[in-house]
Amino acid sequence: MANIFSKLINKFFHNLFRKKKHIKLGLYGPPNAGKTTLANRICEDWLGESMGKVSNIAHETREIQIKEQVNIKSGSKEISFNLVDTPGIATKIDYEEFMKSGLNEKNAKKRAKEATKGVIDSIKWLDEMDAVVVVLDSTIDPYSQVNITIIGNLEARKIPVLVVANKIDLKKSNLKKVEAAFPQYHVVGISAKNGDNIDDFYESLFRVVA
Amino acid sequence: MLTLQFIPYTEIESLSSVGRIRKLLNIAKENKIVLLEGRLKKEEETELIKATMEEINKDFKGIELSVIYPEKKENSIMKRVRGNLANMLLGDRQGLTIIGPASIVHEIKKDPDKIQLFTEETYPEGNGKSRKKRRNGS
Repeated sequence: MANIFSKLINKFFHNLFRKKKHIKLGLYGPPNAGKTTLANRICEDWLGESMGKVSNIAHETREIQIKEQVNIKSGSKEISFNLVDTPGIATKIDYEEFMKSGLNEKNAKKRAKEATKGVIDSIKWLDEMDAVVVVLDSTIDPYSQVNITIIGNLEARKIPVLVVANKIDLKKSNLKKVEAAFPQYHVVGISAKNGDNIDDFYESLFRVVA
Repeated sequence: MLTLQFIPYTEIESLSSVGRIRKLLNIAKENKIVLLEGRLKKEEETELIKATMEEINKDFKGIELSVIYPEKKENSIMKRVRGNLANMLLGDRQGLTIIGPASIVHEIKKDPDKIQLFTEETYPEGNGKSRKKRRNGS
């Protein structure tokens, strides 16, 4: 009896420990904000390999992508998580916009169909996340309802959030505007493409998920 | 012609979440701009996006969505508790939700002080070019 009790306690603490060690960290945001570029940056920095394909045409990521067991270290601290890169969330998808970017009609329609499914999957996966990095394009108006809805939903689900203002290397970038739009959150400005300020991002990540 | 349809909160308050989303989306699909008194629950907003994605086809390209909500920063704790309780019991009637079909509403720009609605109008007998019209509100 004592043996069974002891096993149960061990199992409980093992699961508790494992849960904390293998959290699901989601990258969410609107299309073309740089979620996959950031996912690639994290994976290249800590695993030595990239995660997904990036493109200037919106909705390049149309399926949930998971990279398991990413370990990040900072001093004596260490976190391990499964990184979940999600398709960008949008309220409209027009295949004609993809045609303007050079796709033929057939491919544009296929991309639009896959993109709508991707948005649905991203929303379904919200409940699975233990922590979320919301990636925003700092050159674009941050007050879009998609951004507000994503962050509002995470808040309602009590999921810890880190807001990343990406593309700070670009002239039109406005970090202050992103900070003003989400004053209740810590906002870290980075360039996922060039790696600018990426150490601050990792530090902020420790504060949110550790 | 641009059609705006105002929906008082009383018209959706007795409906289920699915019913609310269905009602609002059906109006937007009729190429009308919905002005809803108050706002949906946060979870309903994401369900609205999900439902919109499920309905996208060659005629319906999706929606533009925006919520104007009064700033709550300066409210006292008591006022906030009262407000939250009222929202729980009666629904959130504060603010205004704008839902427009993407084929008509090109963009809704919002900052804390004003809202701008950009509509897309195609010249009826023109060369297919489109122009954008700005409508300001605050």
